[in-house]
Amino acid sequence: MSATSPATVAPTDASPRLRALARALFVRLGVLPFFLVAALILFGLASDRFLTLDNLVNVARQSVYLVLVSMGQMVVLITGGFDLAVGATIAITSVVSALVMVSLLALMPDAVAPVIALGALAGFAAALLVGLANGVGVALFGVSPFIMTLGVSSVVAGGSLFLTGGVPVSGLPPEFANLFGFGKWFGVPVPVLVAGLAVSVVWVVMTRTRVGAHIHAVGGNLKAARLSGVDTRRTLILAYILCAGLAALTGLLLTARVESGEANLGGTIALESIAACVIAGVSLRGGIGRVETVTLGAFFIVLAQNGMNLAQIGSYLQMVLLGGLLILAVIFDQIRYRMMMG
Amino acid sequence: MQHPVLIQTVALSKRYPGVTALDRVDFDLRPGEVHVLFGENGAGKSTLIGLLAGVSAPSDGEILVRGRNVRFSGVADARAVGVSAVFQEFSLVPTMTVAQNIALGDEPRRGPFLDHAAARRKAVALCADLDFTIDPDRTVATLSRAEQQMVEIAKALHGEVGILILDEPTASLTDREVDHLFAVIARMKARGVGIIHISHRMQEFARIADRVTVLRDGRKIGTVAMADTSEAELLEMMAGRAITEIYPTIARNPGPPLLRVEGLRAQGVHGVDLEIRPGEVLGVAGLVGSGKSRSFRALMGLLPTQGGRATLKGTDVTGWDTRRLMQAGVCYLPPDRKEEGLQLAFSTRDNLAQGVLGTDPGRGLLPWRRIRERCEAIADRVELPDAYRRRKVAQLSGGNQQKTLFGRGLGRDYDLYIFDEPTVGVDMGARAAIYRLIRDLAEAGKAVVVISSDLPEAMNLAHRLLVFSHGRVVAALEGDAVTESAILAHFFDPLPSTM
Repeated sequence: MSATSPATVAPTDASPRLRALARALFVRLGVLPFFLVAALILFGLASDRFLTLDNLVNVARQSVYLVLVSMGQMVVLITGGFDLAVGATIAITSVVSALVMVSLLALMPDAVAPVIALGALAGFAAALLVGLANGVGVALFGVSPFIMTLGVSSVVAGGSLFLTGGVPVSGLPPEFANLFGFGKWFGVPVPVLVAGLAVSVVWVVMTRTRVGAHIHAVGGNLKAARLSGVDTRRTLILAYILCAGLAALTGLLLTARVESGEANLGGTIALESIAACVIAGVSLRGGIGRVETVTLGAFFIVLAQNGMNLAQIGSYLQMVLLGGLLILAVIFDQIRYRMMMG
Repeated sequence: MQHPVLIQTVALSKRYPGVTALDRVDFDLRPGEVHVLFGENGAGKSTLIGLLAGVSAPSDGEILVRGRNVRFSGVADARAVGVSAVFQEFSLVPTMTVAQNIALGDEPRRGPFLDHAAARRKAVALCADLDFTIDPDRTVATLSRAEQQMVEIAKALHGEVGILILDEPTASLTDREVDHLFAVIARMKARGVGIIHISHRMQEFARIADRVTVLRDGRKIGTVAMADTSEAELLEMMAGRAITEIYPTIARNPGPPLLRVEGLRAQGVHGVDLEIRPGEVLGVAGLVGSGKSRSFRALMGLLPTQGGRATLKGTDVTGWDTRRLMQAGVCYLPPDRKEEGLQLAFSTRDNLAQGVLGTDPGRGLLPWRRIRERCEAIADRVELPDAYRRRKVAQLSGGNQQKTLFGRGLGRDYDLYIFDEPTVGVDMGARAAIYRLIRDLAEAGKAVVVISSDLPEAMNLAHRLLVFSHGRVVAALEGDAVTESAILAHFFDPLPSTM
């Protein structure tokens, strides 16, 4: 086993006890702790600026968006599905909310707060429709989640581009960007607060409510869930809607950050969020996943990207490495599954 | 005041494309009685309870609960009127804990939030009722099959239960656990709960049954009071004829050994020696987990082997993969025809064509006309009705599916046929047809192995019978030595005895 175990990531002169510890850690938490340590060491060596407090705080702030999307992705992965449409959902939220805000602002230039609220609401509504479409396709028509969300992704991304003609929607109320993009409350950036709140809510839903229990059950064994009286269709639809809602929240925060409605927001986030989840031990077979570790997984992805930037690795090569990392994580997940099942 | 009939069906039918799984069945359950459903695999017992428990909807007929017509659109609806079921296929989620599983679908809550502590208490209390101790926080995947069965039963008792349905609940339980379960059933009877119990173990259900309803091929044969009936009568109702009649007499004409296995080892297989001869039927019996099936899967290259030697017609075939073994003349038909036997989306004919093409490397274009003709001939031989030959296999009854699987094995001329559980979920007519095929193969000088959990089947077909226990062959019986008591005695052998 030692040849394939990530214990090889640890120093090569590791004693048997250290190896046993690494093994236990791997079975419990998956590949994440090893990836995290490896990233800290590698990038720490590659750049002096990487391990500074400033940089790490910066990474934490940047990772807010991926954390949010990964929460939603996790919920869908736990049901045994996928959501490849999260990027398109972000785009449509951004475009719709921006268009609504800009047109409403022209009608009532003084009522900034209602304009922002209605714009955000419109964005959410659009995103929830996307989630509903995904959920209905998967739950009622039995389309495989992969194809359903891939198709919806194309429809929605195309729709966003069509709505804007590919041109960013500018002229948003500056208060929107000032508060949700760059604002601080008690010294903490607003996006961080929003993400913290959302993560807490998802944690409560997944561990403390009936819906959460049913989401786990559906992914753990769909048939057993149905035989236990769980409304499996409703549960699946809810999971996709929850995922879309979290993507919409991300879309609004990103729109505030870039101060315009853009159809190309969230381009690579589907892959990144799946990678974050899988690295954090969410099972692609469904049924297993924890909010705490997924948060850390998303942080790791952004940390790795930051490290690669500091090490002056170009963005093209970063794409190559990210894809490789995802595949590696899935392979390790397979090994871990076999170790767990004995 | 209790209604005199808890649940009643009137001309209840369930049809699937091409199959009538349940045909106008009238059934009723009274308060405080244990009503046993008895019948062969595929007789319609599981279909009936599926309808009663809300798993599927009837095609025709009515279900009345306490005199009121009901239409269940899911398991939750059935539970809401007090119908609770323990299914043969477990309704447990392996990734969740015992307590979570027991509560699933009806979780205790405090406000909008789950009450984990209450769920855990309830789970412990329900298990204690069954005299079954288990940590409610253990993940179900880590439990043994018997433990999962007990959790499944505890789960069915969660909530208000007026009608309890048990589908073969004792299959993986020890005698002691069965006693506890029966004690619980007696307590529930006393409270006026009606119990529908499916079981094959007659000696066992005779202890608790009040009435027995016998089903065969989807139809109700009759309902009798347990006190007024006998084992022989029930068996005859089940089979529709004296049970021994369906087994043909097979002439034995053994040749020199075709396949010799020495010291075969694999996971769950701890040193198996055996010899297979042409012109005779070798029966293989043993409990689930005895290694009887795994030994042959290891031999066929379907399980990694860890040691041993296999010689086929003088050639060392140790470690060969399935394809090479098939080319060398060995045919293996797996026990689970849906999982690994058939292409469910293909028609019967196309499944047969797979057998004809088989391992033939082939050159150029496929000679479809000739293949078709061969398939028709095979379909005739396995007695597949004409009307079914173009249908998708998924739509056929278990018996016709199994005939198709056998037909695939006849697509080429093999020397050795290994049949693993050849008649699971197969109706009487198809069973007789399959036994005739086995006879024809053996009498044509083929070597035939029949691995079976159905003891009468193994006993009646085999010329020689191997008994497996703990991953070894613990007995080889022949002629008059093949008796039920001799085989049963060896099932629990800890170590190999006489060979």
